[in-house]
Amino acid sequence: MDALIDSIPRFVDGFEMTLLLAVVSGALSLVLGVVLAALRVAPLRSLRVVATVYVETVRNTPLTLVFIFYVFVLPTLGFVLPLGRVPAIIALTTYTSAFVCEAVRSGINSVSTGQAEAARAIGLGTVATLRLVVLPQALRSVVPPLINVLIALTKNTSVAAGFAVIELTSTGRSLARDNPSDVLLLLGGIAVCYLIITIPAGLAAGAVERRVVFSR
Amino acid sequence: MSGSVLYDAPGPRTRRIERLASIALAVVIVAVLAWLVVSLARRGVLDDRWEVLTDPPKQQTASDVWRSLIVVGLGATLRAAVVAAPLALVLALVLAVLRTSRFAIVRRPAVVVIEVLRGMPVLLMMFFGLLGFGLSSFEAVVFGLTLYNAAIIAEILRAGLIALPHGQVEAGISIGLTRGQTLRIIELPQVVQLMLPSLISQFVVLLKDSSLGFIVGYGELLSVMKNNYSFFGDTSRLPLFVVVVGIYLVVNITLSRIAVYTQRRLSSRIATPVDDLTVVR
Repeated sequence: MDALIDSIPRFVDGFEMTLLLAVVSGALSLVLGVVLAALRVAPLRSLRVVATVYVETVRNTPLTLVFIFYVFVLPTLGFVLPLGRVPAIIALTTYTSAFVCEAVRSGINSVSTGQAEAARAIGLGTVATLRLVVLPQALRSVVPPLINVLIALTKNTSVAAGFAVIELTSTGRSLARDNPSDVLLLLGGIAVCYLIITIPAGLAAGAVERRVVFSR
Repeated sequence: MSGSVLYDAPGPRTRRIERLASIALAVVIVAVLAWLVVSLARRGVLDDRWEVLTDPPKQQTASDVWRSLIVVGLGATLRAAVVAAPLALVLALVLAVLRTSRFAIVRRPAVVVIEVLRGMPVLLMMFFGLLGFGLSSFEAVVFGLTLYNAAIIAEILRAGLIALPHGQVEAGISIGLTRGQTLRIIELPQVVQLMLPSLISQFVVLLKDSSLGFIVGYGELLSVMKNNYSFFGDTSRLPLFVVVVGIYLVVNITLSRIAVYTQRRLSSRIATPVDDLTVVR
């Protein structure tokens, strides 16, 4: 128990780093993901192809391999990134934006074509159709999957532990090595830190989802 | 793209404009890619480093490199995934049945277990196995993959149990089966079939997560890649990386195709779900 209490400052540091990675790469991947989704539903075929190739490649590649690309492969091409949080944020953004794109795209596709046809039939223009009819409905069905993507991102920040970032999981690993008698307790503490973020977020996603179902 | 929610089906003139704009953009994209290749080539990317794949230095043959990647590396990755997947499925069946029980005293603990397992990173679970329970790195990888995916698959199966028309259970009860028999003979076989596409997609996730073995010291595909480029030197990193990405893409895209194919084949064979699954889940 003493080991747990003594290491509270390190827990706090790790928690802050995990939160930093999740928030910064979350914000960046939301932006990049929405841009990718816009490309994937664009009327121009060449834009759709580019976005599709990106999304399919990234989604079928393990996150660890994306990290390896930025940390170990890119320097051999002459692009050296500072070790630590910068390549971690770039890798997490690269990976997560593909999943954001898919969530946004399926949200847009979940609005039935009839809705847009009805809007055009009563004389709304393209912008008004999007703003008043399609996007409000799409947004509702996009929010729960997006929260799930961000939960996955929070858990995925743990991969940075393998690439010289001191976040929660790597804090747990080094604490466990320093205190062999309290391994389960210390790792349990780390697990609680993750659950503090992921479980409330999951409940929020579920609540939004139920409201969306009822409002249809 | 006719029938889109975002815009009206285009007329002939718009289609012509779109096609021209698309071709023009394609030219721009190809030009950007070409510029990228040229500028990388100036940095020496197209030099003899690719020979590691065809005629490697240090008295190694190309077949040594490829065998280490595909037989040893991919083999170890698949072994971890293939051992973990059935274990996860069995554990998931148990969790899903407990989770949907009528009795709160059984249901509540199952909810807690599923939520805790779902809310933790897989890598942390592997460290639990490795450092907490003294497992070998292979066992730790299987341990983490099994527990995490059991929770996810349990939720997939639960969605299937909810989606199955209630008449199925009622029919089972009315011909005199017990609840357990109804579950085993009528519900679960249909649910597993119904959810087969989701289960295959989850297997892709599991396969990708087995790459975390790289961090806990299990000699899977990425570790083998690293050993290779440590041996052949830094310039061999890019070619080996490209091959490993290619291996993952081939394996995972094949599995995803199978998922789509089974979905199409199965759609006619099962009692129709009460609701759109994407909404229920």
